[in-house]
Amino acid sequence: MKVTIVDYNSGNISSVINSFNEVAKDKVNIEVTSNLEKIKTSDKLVLPGQGSFKSCLDALNKIDGLTETLNEFAIKNKKPLLGICVGLQMFADVGYEETETKGLGWISGKVSKINNQNGKYKLPHIGWNQINIVKDSKIFKNIENNSHMYFVHSYEFIPNDQSVIAATTDYCSDIVCSIEKENIFGTQFHPEKSDKGGLQLIKNFIKL
Amino acid sequence: MLKNRIIPCLDVKNGRVVKGINFVDLQDAGDPVEQAKIYSDGGADEICFLDITASNENRDTIYDVVKRTSKKCFVPLTVGGGIRSVEDINKLLNCGADKVSINTAAVKNSKVVLESSKKFGSQCIVVAIDAKKNGDKWEVFTHGGRNNSGIDALEYAKKMEENGAGELLVTSMDRDGTQIGYDVDLISKIASKVNIPLIASGGVGNLDHLVDGIKLGNASAVLAASIFHYGKYSVKDAKEYLDSKGIPVRI
Repeated sequence: MKVTIVDYNSGNISSVINSFNEVAKDKVNIEVTSNLEKIKTSDKLVLPGQGSFKSCLDALNKIDGLTETLNEFAIKNKKPLLGICVGLQMFADVGYEETETKGLGWISGKVSKINNQNGKYKLPHIGWNQINIVKDSKIFKNIENNSHMYFVHSYEFIPNDQSVIAATTDYCSDIVCSIEKENIFGTQFHPEKSDKGGLQLIKNFIKL
Repeated sequence: MLKNRIIPCLDVKNGRVVKGINFVDLQDAGDPVEQAKIYSDGGADEICFLDITASNENRDTIYDVVKRTSKKCFVPLTVGGGIRSVEDINKLLNCGADKVSINTAAVKNSKVVLESSKKFGSQCIVVAIDAKKNGDKWEVFTHGGRNNSGIDALEYAKKMEENGAGELLVTSMDRDGTQIGYDVDLISKIASKVNIPLIASGGVGNLDHLVDGIKLGNASAVLAASIFHYGKYSVKDAKEYLDSKGIPVRI
């Protein structure tokens, strides 16, 4: 099996690479590339994302044919894909960070700034928060409800269809922190930085 | 609910831990990687390395330390000390650091913060403020606390937030190394001035000081070095104590 971490210059992905290598050991082939052919022939994709919604989409669009290849992989061929942080946010139709930017449109919804109640809550939402698992998602196998995961973000994904929500976390209000729609998975938190629970999630995704 | 973080900090010089306790089962007590692993296994919410390597020719040792640590620790890793440019930040992030903490370079040239937060995202840019009380205000010090910039710490904190810092690491120079507790006055004043999370540092001698940093200082996270290094308390002890005082922690 080949799992590919899509390297599209979205910021620092070394922690994502390290954590997948740790879980995969030598049994699963972890590739890090933006090569379209290699992406097409992968069994699973990981779409990381750091920085702003706009900077990530700009970086994605800069690589000729990448969005089409991702569409084909996730939407047409329905192969498993995991989006992390802004990687998940990009599933939306539109994002409002920096300026209004069109997303991948895979899961209907928008990405807006967390309403921190006029400064009552600090932003970014940084640190360990508990997740409330609301859907029996395959990526949460052997992960207890209320487990702690590591978050760093100021924007949240608000899907139109509530049924895609796999988990939420409590910060200012219930924030969507994981989604599952058929073959498409995403986490707002960083499994690669969430110690044992995060590594378990990565293991679950690799094992899908 | 978001938890308050406990961050043990290791001083690293020429790739070796400067202080540090000789834990049993430790093959090499001076290896920062092994120390970091003990902290992360013990429940540390983040690990911080402060590189205090003085000579330029040994500066590269920290990159190797970060590389090896990031392959073994799966909690956030912050690295500070000696960062001069956007290129230095890029190198540390590529080695596996999750955040960098910028001190002197941010005072000298605030564009470093502006540019790096744009390029890598605010989430990985921590601005470290070393502040010392002078009359009724605090002034920002650079070069490991040796030089007084004369800049007002509160105004500087606000400016760094505007420049895109994701967090502030605030150290009281008056308290650092004294073990008599954080300067909660300084911490709380900066915390109420900015909307980004603040990490309190400098002066921790016992677990009550950690409680004060959070309850009185309104810090989002507390950083400590010596109380953990010398084995006085483990990270677990600290968390259980904070929990007993009603502070939300990850246990």
